[in-house]
Amino acid sequence: MEPFAIQKLSGWGRWPVEECRVYRPEKRRAACDILRTCEGPLIARGLGRSYGDAAVNGGGSVLDYTRLNRMLAFDSDTGVLECEAGVSLAEILDVFVPRGFFLPVLPGTKFVTVGGAIANDIHGKNHHVDGTFSRYVDQLTLLTPAGETLTCSPAENSGVFWATAGGIGLTGLILSARLRLRPIQTAYVKADYVRASNIDEALAVMNRSDERYTYSVGWVDCLSKGARLGRSVLMRANLAAPGDVPHGADPLRPRKKRAKTVPLDFPAFVLNPLSIKAFNSLLYAVYPSVEGKIVDFDTYFCPLDSIGHWNRMYGKNGFAQFQATFPYSERGGLVALLELIGKSSCASFLAVLKRMGAQGPGMLSYPSEGYTITLDIPMRRNLVEILRKMELLVLEHGGRMYAAKDATALPESFAAMYPRLDEFREVKARLDPDNRFSSTQSRRLGITPAREDDHGK
Amino acid sequence: MANEGIVILGATSAIARAAAIELGLRGYGLILASRDIEENQALASDVAVRTGANVAALPFEAEDMPGHAAFFARCRDHFGDGLAGVILCFGYLDDQKTAQQDFKIARRTIDVNYTGAVSILELFAAHFEERKKGFICAVSSVAGDRGRQSNYFYGSAKAGLTAYLQGLRNRLFKSGVTVTTVKPGFVDTKMTFGKPNLMLVAPAEKAGKDIVKAALKGKDVVYTPWFWRYIMLIIQHVPETIFKRLKL
Ligand SMILES: Cc1cc2nc3c(=O)[nH]c(=O)nc-3n(C[C@H](O)[C@H](O)[C@H](O)COP(=O)(O)OP(=O)(O)OC[C@H]3O[C@@H](n4cnc5c(N)ncnc54)[C@H](O)[C@@H]3O)c2cc1C
Ligand SMILES: NC(=O)c1ccc[n+]([C@@H]2O[C@H](COP(=O)([O-])OP(=O)(O)OC[C@H]3O[C@@H](n4cnc5c(N)ncnc54)[C@H](OP(=O)(O)O)[C@@H]3O)[C@@H](O)[C@H]2O)c1
Repeated sequence: MEPFAIQKLSGWGRWPVEECRVYRPEKRRAACDILRTCEGPLIARGLGRSYGDAAVNGGGSVLDYTRLNRMLAFDSDTGVLECEAGVSLAEILDVFVPRGFFLPVLPGTKFVTVGGAIANDIHGKNHHVDGTFSRYVDQLTLLTPAGETLTCSPAENSGVFWATAGGIGLTGLILSARLRLRPIQTAYVKADYVRASNIDEALAVMNRSDERYTYSVGWVDCLSKGARLGRSVLMRANLAAPGDVPHGADPLRPRKKRAKTVPLDFPAFVLNPLSIKAFNSLLYAVYPSVEGKIVDFDTYFCPLDSIGHWNRMYGKNGFAQFQATFPYSERGGLVALLELIGKSSCASFLAVLKRMGAQGPGMLSYPSEGYTITLDIPMRRNLVEILRKMELLVLEHGGRMYAAKDATALPESFAAMYPRLDEFREVKARLDPDNRFSSTQSRRLGITPAREDDHGK
Repeated sequence: MANEGIVILGATSAIARAAAIELGLRGYGLILASRDIEENQALASDVAVRTGANVAALPFEAEDMPGHAAFFARCRDHFGDGLAGVILCFGYLDDQKTAQQDFKIARRTIDVNYTGAVSILELFAAHFEERKKGFICAVSSVAGDRGRQSNYFYGSAKAGLTAYLQGLRNRLFKSGVTVTTVKPGFVDTKMTFGKPNLMLVAPAEKAGKDIVKAALKGKDVVYTPWFWRYIMLIIQHVPETIFKRLKL
């Protein structure tokens, strides 16, 4: 029998917390044994950077895949890396950026695993031009719930492939994948920063010129109201050329900054509407509009990674993150959401705005065309109530929410937001008729049936 | 260090893996040796992809002592004169209570941790002694610093290993060969995962790096993390009349 630990687990938002039986195999065979012998439902877990309950399994088992992180082969002619699903994007960047290769899709943190990146079919600041992570996955091997190793790709077992990309861990265990890395000449971007005095201006600038940039994202001040509602700093960039890089610097090896860490939970009062307001104003002030600024990858792509455990800033009760996309035709929904947030003064430390490109082939893959907004809400008494209001607003405007950021949505909402859910369920029923794989999230969202232990939750 | 090679025994340990990556980054060639051929191959690929080092995977079973000479010969032939050192990471810890009821398990604990280690290290020792260069580094344990009811088969075998390394260090000193004993405290590996009541558990990467540093510098005895030296100093000085009453 493989050893396990009983642990209280949560997502990156540290809420909700549930007791799970956690396995952490170091060998592929051990992972297969766990699938065969573990009791109750099973779900894989990567680095736990999903905010809600995607990688949590109350009353069931969690298979921590982070020790199965071997890089198996790399072809420097094609840039194709074959690696186990527990490899983190941070490791890939460490090894391959100095060799002139970059990840084609990088989320706001590099501390996610390849398995988690596929299972949430993650997007980066370049979604509007480059699509999601799964577009660069040539092939993956899946340990199916029946215990078979299945190779899938867009050409082979494509149904399983597109159910697994964005399938939040429900089709089985992703063992390994072949990723196409992107050749680069420098590890810097050339960025233009533009201040927009309100949401209309921000969207107008994005709509007008996003296509000129590979990477585009905006920071939104959620607390300003009225004519300044949604004032933002847009940060848009292209990869820098060798000639852009400061003299004397190695274009592929920017100096590493020392990571700081938040050692302890902040008391809940540290982040209050006032301090957040001050922070947002400060942010707006320190980013005057500038063009052609040369910025290293870490600073541009993953600014929060320089502060370890930044989630502790929200105090030990945790927080919720919310991300939703509104179709381009529904910008009114986005404005209504900003107004709702302002009104309930559920301050957000950071809100991020981005224009998304076309929907990909993943059945439950989140990214779809429209404006996406992401924000944090610190724990408060009526948190669920506020989130529910936001959910209904999104639904009303034909938008959708992101499972990686969700801990509260209702099954009806999820089904309405993901019209291909039935197609996904068909694949799931074929692969996993007994629902060996499920998570707290999948049962809550009704993707898999509820279990007896779930009652009252 | 170009053309210098190091053999890592027990390569599927997370500590060994961290040490292998550290050595690969420093430009050493490597032989990863393990009884688990399939996993060893994946680990060898990993170290090669990450570090660009030349990495070979060889099968090795500590309990197969008659086979050790042939294994050693393959290592010697592989690196030739470049064979620079060996790092022994294998070890075996089973449930103490089960071992008390089943001598086979107690016996295996002793065979792997002590007899098997001595058997293979003697071959490297003779080779290095003759060439008057090389290093030997072996992972023992703080568990060998004092016997406790909860793991005394393992602990006594590691104590034996520690004493063996002491003697070997003494013997090889005059030929300029260094012998390093590493005593980890609790390390976060598959040996400890899920075990209750562990404190001060260190990451495997830290232990791996400490081992490489100590081995390449030819240190005598290191604890990793360092503070275990002082914890063990205290534990060793508790009078036996008291110690025997403790639940440890
Ligand atoms: C600061 C921050 C910024 C972020 N920015 C973005 C962003 O810009 N874009 C974006 O898309 N996301 C973003 N995210 C979310 C994050 O990218 C996703 O939640 C990602 O899935 C996390 O990966 P993980 O390895 O931590 O997986 P976990 O959170 O541990 O798990 C996520 C899901 O993947 C499944 N899974 C994990 N490993 C496997 C496996 N081996 N086989 C099968 N299923 C598996 C789990 O079951 C679960 O359903 C951000 C998160 C943070 C904390
Ligand atoms: N973790 C700790 O807290 C801790 C503390 C002090 C000392 N140590 C020592 O550190 C070393 C590494 O252990 P670890 O923590 O990384 O645990 P581990 O993963 O269990 O490592 C033990 C290693 O020894 C190998 N091994 C066991 N029996 C063998 C045999 N008969 N022949 C060949 N190889 C054999 C194992 O191979 P398989 O993978 O095939 O089983 C594995 O590679 C061990 O010597 C251990 O005693 C560990």
